[in-house]
Amino acid sequence: MIDVPASDPWLILLVVVPLLAAPLCVLLRGPAGAWSVATAVSWGVLGIAVKLLGDVLERGTLRYRIGGWDAPWGIEYLLDPVGAFVVVIVAAIGAVVLPYAKSSVEKEVRSDRIYLFYAMVLLCLSGLLGIAVTGDAFNLFVFLEVSSLSSYVLISLGRDRRALTAAFRYLIMGTLGATFYIIGVGLMYQMTGTLNIQDLTTIIPAVADTRTVLAALAFLTVGISLKLALFPLHLWLPNAYTFAPSAVTVFLSATATKVSAYVLLRIFFTVFGQVDLFAHFPLQPVLMAMALAAMFLASLTAIWQQNVKRMLAYSSVAQIGYTVLGISLATEAGLSGAIIHLFNHALMKGAAFMAIGAVVYATGAVTLDRLAGMGKRMPFTMAAFVVAGLGLIGMPLTAGFISKWQLITAALESGYWPLAVLILLSSLLAVIYVWRVVEAAYLRPVPANEAWAATDRVPVGMQVPMWVLAGASVYFGTDASFTLELAHTAARALMGGY
Amino acid sequence: MTTDPLLLPPALILIIGAFLLPVTRGWVRSALVLGLPILTLGAIWSVGDGVQISTSFLDYELQVVEGSNLSRLFATVFALMTFAGGLFALNQQRVIELTAAFAYAGSAIGVALAGDLVTVFVFWELMAIGSTLVVWSAGTEAAGKAAMRYALVHLLGGVVLMVGVIAYAQETGSIDFTAMEANSFATWMILIGFLVNTGAPPLSAWLPDAYPEASWSGTVFLSAFTTKTAVYVLLVGFSGAQILIWIGLYMIMYGIIYALLENDMRRILSYSIVNQVGFMVVGAGIGTEMAVNGAAAHAFTHIIYKALLLMSAGSVLHMTGGKRKCTDLGGLFQSMPFTAFAGIIGALAISSFPWTSGFVSKSMTSQAAFDEGMMVTWFLLMAASAGVFLHAGIKFPWFVFFQKDSGLRPKDPPWNMKLAMGLFAFLCIWLGLQPEPLYALLPYPTAYEPYTAAHVYEMLQLLLYSGLAFFVMLPLMKRTLTITLDFDWFYRKLAPAACRILTAVVGRILGGFAALKNKLVTDVISLATEHHNPRGVLARTTPAGVMTLWLVVLLCAYLLLYLFV
Repeated sequence: MIDVPASDPWLILLVVVPLLAAPLCVLLRGPAGAWSVATAVSWGVLGIAVKLLGDVLERGTLRYRIGGWDAPWGIEYLLDPVGAFVVVIVAAIGAVVLPYAKSSVEKEVRSDRIYLFYAMVLLCLSGLLGIAVTGDAFNLFVFLEVSSLSSYVLISLGRDRRALTAAFRYLIMGTLGATFYIIGVGLMYQMTGTLNIQDLTTIIPAVADTRTVLAALAFLTVGISLKLALFPLHLWLPNAYTFAPSAVTVFLSATATKVSAYVLLRIFFTVFGQVDLFAHFPLQPVLMAMALAAMFLASLTAIWQQNVKRMLAYSSVAQIGYTVLGISLATEAGLSGAIIHLFNHALMKGAAFMAIGAVVYATGAVTLDRLAGMGKRMPFTMAAFVVAGLGLIGMPLTAGFISKWQLITAALESGYWPLAVLILLSSLLAVIYVWRVVEAAYLRPVPANEAWAATDRVPVGMQVPMWVLAGASVYFGTDASFTLELAHTAARALMGGY
Repeated sequence: MTTDPLLLPPALILIIGAFLLPVTRGWVRSALVLGLPILTLGAIWSVGDGVQISTSFLDYELQVVEGSNLSRLFATVFALMTFAGGLFALNQQRVIELTAAFAYAGSAIGVALAGDLVTVFVFWELMAIGSTLVVWSAGTEAAGKAAMRYALVHLLGGVVLMVGVIAYAQETGSIDFTAMEANSFATWMILIGFLVNTGAPPLSAWLPDAYPEASWSGTVFLSAFTTKTAVYVLLVGFSGAQILIWIGLYMIMYGIIYALLENDMRRILSYSIVNQVGFMVVGAGIGTEMAVNGAAAHAFTHIIYKALLLMSAGSVLHMTGGKRKCTDLGGLFQSMPFTAFAGIIGALAISSFPWTSGFVSKSMTSQAAFDEGMMVTWFLLMAASAGVFLHAGIKFPWFVFFQKDSGLRPKDPPWNMKLAMGLFAFLCIWLGLQPEPLYALLPYPTAYEPYTAAHVYEMLQLLLYSGLAFFVMLPLMKRTLTITLDFDWFYRKLAPAACRILTAVVGRILGGFAALKNKLVTDVISLATEHHNPRGVLARTTPAGVMTLWLVVLLCAYLLLYLFV
């Protein structure tokens, strides 16, 4: 290499700080101490993430060589605009979830396990960030496992005993998905002799026609689709989100699937970036069909749910459909739509899950029938839910509208106007499931036998994060110039290689 | 961002102000309810011609506020309507209705002053939310369901409009809201999106379905904004589109026929909205300066007299504790003289009786048709004027305030409701006698002179004969002693018999469609319920084995795809 790129130590700090803080939580034992450490770390990580985003936008791709070993031999960390955007999403959600978690977790997790909860959240955070910054396919697997294993534990911490089976099922499926991923990486390694993603990009075209590499691609696609919960591999998700503690649901729904979508983008547009996959294989109709199935079938399923957390979980499956739809277009506009939707959806779904988590905290209610009259009893919380719900529908002035706009623009640009209509029609299904909650909360009277007809007694620590996300959904819905520009930059970077 | 830093978009005054209403009480709230519309009116009149406020959105420039004669005319009457509606609704206990209504009115003003399609769309969707909440806040179960149906129709319209707007932006690279031709996918989508809100076929039914379910004060607000903003956007975007003439004529006839068959007093008036908006859509379709002037003037006066009629109906509803059927009412003029008087003024105005506001505005549209040599259109418009007199001009006041004595003795409503009715009744008469201020507001200079001997004579003759047709039947009815029943026969049997001959073929085809549609809908719903309910195959908890099976299936599928395709 002619110019040795500058090494940026912040990249490794981003991963190492939460990784090292996790055992600290275990050592501290006390819930308050563990919480303080985790919160402080999450804020620090957010600071680093924002700084890194600024640097990437200013200076271009950032690199860090682990142990000083140069790229193909050593593990290289590498951050481009796509990765930086995902890092900021994960770090930002982490930073708002942890303050929220304090009270919520006290109610929902056995007190002698709370320190474990924070340790696991930090591990999960570290794993998710690692996936986004690493430039090495095997290292990515390691982080995938770090984040997955910790999320199995987090889900199993739910009070409901079904949380255990949900976590166990997710464990089986997640492990299968990760195994598929590592099989894919192994097959590629066999043909190319490298694990470095950038190296793979250059070597793959030469061997792209071999069965080994194509089989690798199949394993990778299916493995990631499972982690992404792309229909019909979403089956683990509803139970996992329903029975996990509220704070975990918020965190995972807003980050885990987003990072998986990032990995899918990396595989399709970076690792196989020099091979025009979408031109060689009918990948577009296949992905599009699955995306549309997710958008419609999962939304319809959401309409019939009684449990609001479960309803939102199915809504997540549907929203993943939008992201994959954007990816399936394989144009710069489509990828921008997919990427900006990752961010926007994290805000909206995070706010919605936080609101329902606050209801669970105050009343224990999570089903529609027990939500009757909640609009009167918890006006602030339900108002936040409505704001988030409007975003899920894609109303103007919310972040969801920007996603919808960008995806429709992309669909029309590719000449698929029926697709544009389908996107909008599926958003009408969101109207129905959001309306069902609104109807229960505002139209039905407070049941007479409910003794605790008290108002919002949700701690400030839960209210503020909830409104930060709901407010951000409105803010980035009215002034989307920054996020959209970022998504465009990221999409360009993906289409143009590292 | 702002061209003039001191200028606030007039729409925002009402929308932001709306959210102050729930947190205020007593006289502060009353002051807000009355003060905000006046403030908005002031802001509207400080908007000059051309783009006033712009901001950037994505790669486009949003012209949030752009003034023109036409937009100021609509914004003015919207603000006026908000004031009178607020005055009328001062003692409405459900504050959420007023909040929603004010946000709804503000959004309508936002549409009227919008200079680009994205701003139009944003306010369009806000209107849909606001108006849905107005219907829904009536609090009854029927209102809740009607609100849901209403919301779905409007959101569907919004979907079509949004596709149109984005496609238009891609096609032309501009989002400027100017005159366009319905000649491409994008512009057709925009036109259809606009038409949904006018109550055009085949979706006309949302209007009479939802409006009468709102509360006694809610319907007054609803009658004014949604359909009239749709008329405004048609006038700006599609004036001169031939198809609008036929759509408008259909709406006129639809409104008359259904209003004649109806028994619920506010539903009669709701059908009458479709009918009246039909006149304006025809005006937009003709598209000459005279026709655009006519449609704009008609929208202005219609908002006022229709609100007056609905205030009168709302007062009856409020004071009788919810009696809404013509058959339950009657003879109320003795105990509610003021309300009856207001209802009659509104009825005269809607029938375009000379010396009322309807006369000076509605005849402009038929004059425009006449000037263009569209004799069929002209003839149908004249015939429809007689129909309007029958269903809204006579039927509503006659059955509610006169006819038999129902035994009800409600009092006139409280002072604020009387004041609101008085204000609009005054405007109906004043604009009828002094049309010049209204004409001065019109988009094009006009030399139209309503009070020529020919016009007055023609109109009086028309009204006289259709009135005669109504009352000629009366002695016949009285003989049988069951007036209501006989009138029922008149409206329910005779009119449909006439219609049946006209629409036998059409009706059969539509009937077939409806049966097929109903079957399809039930089938789809039961299928969906079967698969999507919490125990259905798509929603129940899946064992790990099944999930793994899917994983293997997909792996095989992808292997086949990559290796052999």
